[in-house]
Amino acid sequence: MDLLNAFVTLSNFVLIPAIAYGSQLALGALGVTLIYGILRFSNFAHGDTMAFGTMVTILFTWLFQSWGLSLGPVPTALLALPFGILGCMALLLFTDRVVYKFYREQKAKPVILVIVSLGVMFIMNGLVRFIIGPDDQRFSDGERFIVSVRTFREMTGLEEGLAIKTTQGITVITAVIVVAALFWFLNRTRTGKSMRAYSDNEDLALLSGINPERVVMITWLIVAALATVAGVLYGLDKSFKPFTYFQLLLPIFASAIVGGLGSPLGAIAGGFTIAFSEVMVTYAWKKVAGYALPESLAPDGLAQLLSTDYKFAVSFVILLIVLLFRPTGLFAGKSV
Amino acid sequence: MNETLKNTALFGLVAVLIIGTGFLQSWNSALFILNFGLISAIMALGVNLQWGFAGLFNVGIMGFVALGGLATVLVSMPPTTEAWAAGGVGVIVALLMGAATIVVTALVIKRMPAGWMRTVVILVLLIGGFFIYRALFDPSVARIEAINPASTGYLGGINPGGAAWGWMTLLAWPVGGLLAAGVAWIIGKTALGLRSDYLAIATLGIAEIIIAVLKNEDWLSRGVKNVIGLPRPAPYEVELQADPAFLDRAASLGMDPVTASTIWVKLVYAGLFTVVLVILFVLAQRALHSPWGRMMRAIRDNENASEAMGKDVTARHLQVFILGSAICGIAGAMMTTLDGQLTPGTYQPLRFTFLIWVMVIVGGSGNNLGAVLGGFLIWFLWVQVEPMGLFVMQLITSGMADGAPLKTHLIESAAHMRLLTMGLVLLLVLRFSPRGLIPER
Repeated sequence: MDLLNAFVTLSNFVLIPAIAYGSQLALGALGVTLIYGILRFSNFAHGDTMAFGTMVTILFTWLFQSWGLSLGPVPTALLALPFGILGCMALLLFTDRVVYKFYREQKAKPVILVIVSLGVMFIMNGLVRFIIGPDDQRFSDGERFIVSVRTFREMTGLEEGLAIKTTQGITVITAVIVVAALFWFLNRTRTGKSMRAYSDNEDLALLSGINPERVVMITWLIVAALATVAGVLYGLDKSFKPFTYFQLLLPIFASAIVGGLGSPLGAIAGGFTIAFSEVMVTYAWKKVAGYALPESLAPDGLAQLLSTDYKFAVSFVILLIVLLFRPTGLFAGKSV
Repeated sequence: MNETLKNTALFGLVAVLIIGTGFLQSWNSALFILNFGLISAIMALGVNLQWGFAGLFNVGIMGFVALGGLATVLVSMPPTTEAWAAGGVGVIVALLMGAATIVVTALVIKRMPAGWMRTVVILVLLIGGFFIYRALFDPSVARIEAINPASTGYLGGINPGGAAWGWMTLLAWPVGGLLAAGVAWIIGKTALGLRSDYLAIATLGIAEIIIAVLKNEDWLSRGVKNVIGLPRPAPYEVELQADPAFLDRAASLGMDPVTASTIWVKLVYAGLFTVVLVILFVLAQRALHSPWGRMMRAIRDNENASEAMGKDVTARHLQVFILGSAICGIAGAMMTTLDGQLTPGTYQPLRFTFLIWVMVIVGGSGNNLGAVLGGFLIWFLWVQVEPMGLFVMQLITSGMADGAPLKTHLIESAAHMRLLTMGLVLLLVLRFSPRGLIPER
């Protein structure tokens, strides 16, 4: 038995990747949940919104790289991020003006808005593939590791190594900053309060003189920022491929629903729940069990519950369980 | 303009488009569009049943289509006897064991009083069941996949005659429907009765899972190694080209034997598909105008009022969800038959789920004729937008120097015009003609 090595292995393969992935999902789910709370529909175009913001960021990253601009050990993409956010904001405001506004004024049923968002999804997806192509793009540069396996081994003298990728560190730090800023905005500022009021009770908010168009506009701006940040972090950590971003829709929706649609706190909890379950169920526990259990009990096989290809199934099953037993999610969300 | 005239004109337009393709490009591509158009029309009928009749938002069509494809493999391929001997029984016992675990757990949830005792029992059942299942399942699978992995490595189907019994493939179509219906029943039991958005997410998820299963369970359908050379109900081109009677006929029509044989095979398929489409269309039309159809639309328009009138809303939703999914399964089986192979890697939600939605919305949700029209029209667009996009791009870039990076990029990207166009068509129809080309009456 060697619990210390077991814990290091666990951190290296499960805890750290899951925390990074969870932060990315949480940021994505926050966007979905905000749209649901304010505009009252499930936005199927969210994955492609993330892809669009990321694409603009990548284009600017390439531009900066060609100018020789860099942030040293930190990826250049962070410098390009604000421009990506601006590009994404422009696109979302444009779609809202041209597409969604009409249905809002008509007071269309939520399901019609969902179908409209399907159309928007097609267009954004086409746009991204049209501009940057359907292939994998890697745009991460700078230092690869904060702590590499080797330095960790030398530092601690343990048998197992622990690696923290720069992108993972950046993901967590950025996510904390963004979430803190968002909650400060929602809870402390006048505009944020008016947004929450609008989300809680539309009619009452209108009666108290809140301008709905302004609330909607600010929502889109925040969603653009969240989606771009989430997309860029995911892309830095893994890689950018338009189709993968489309597929992220499922875990992101699962996070938002598990946490309770419309509840920002729930989106974060949901993101981490989904990420941890995905990583834990698809991880081969052989090594950790080998350290943690007495030798006689150590497993022969890989001790992997499901192959990694079934990670969608994990988020889906958790989603179903939560829906069956707590239909409004962990943190009571709203149900339209 | 009266309605019949308008509808005839719309279908006439589709016919002109397809025949025009025949004259301008080739009859092979025209028949390709026709055959897939027929299949798309059937899928659109299925979705129309769910969305148009009952207002159910199903975005898992891809999954049901893929299940139909799986049925084709399971029915039409010859069995791999060695694989069955090596692990067939083991896999089936393991699957039964897994199913039994779930059934017992469901019974426990229903029968036992809630409390910590029940939670413990459920956990023990699920975890224990899972490990027993894996212990039975894994070794059998390994044995099956070890048998001649380059060509089989899976259990195969149930067709004892092999390629000679091509008609068995026709049996796969209804089986595909049944398979899809079974899965739809499971999803419907859990997700119907929840809110509409949740059904959407649930179906989206189940479709991805079905594709993941098809990609990874090699013992079932060879996963991403694909099953190719499925026996087929139509004659083979090579045989036709060796048949003197066929060659004479081709010569008398003034066609070369290769073109004649490919066209003849496609025509055979077109005939088969048309029969299926007509049967399903008549059934759907009868259903729509029966008391059952009126009840469905009443439920769609006002659930509360219908419930107050004594209609069992959840049960009816389940019914129509299963029926619609079954139709998609049939269409999926037909498509795999036409392709002659099952390639799980090619199932993409944009193509198999959302495109069908565009068909239904554009054609006219709630109207079967509209769904069929949408199927043909949108499929035609989907195929032809690419060459059109290429043409436009070549026109735009004609002034640029050859080999300029922008020019190459624009021409390469022309393929992605499809998605843009489909999105645009969907948004325009939703905005300016939300009831579709042939609106519900």
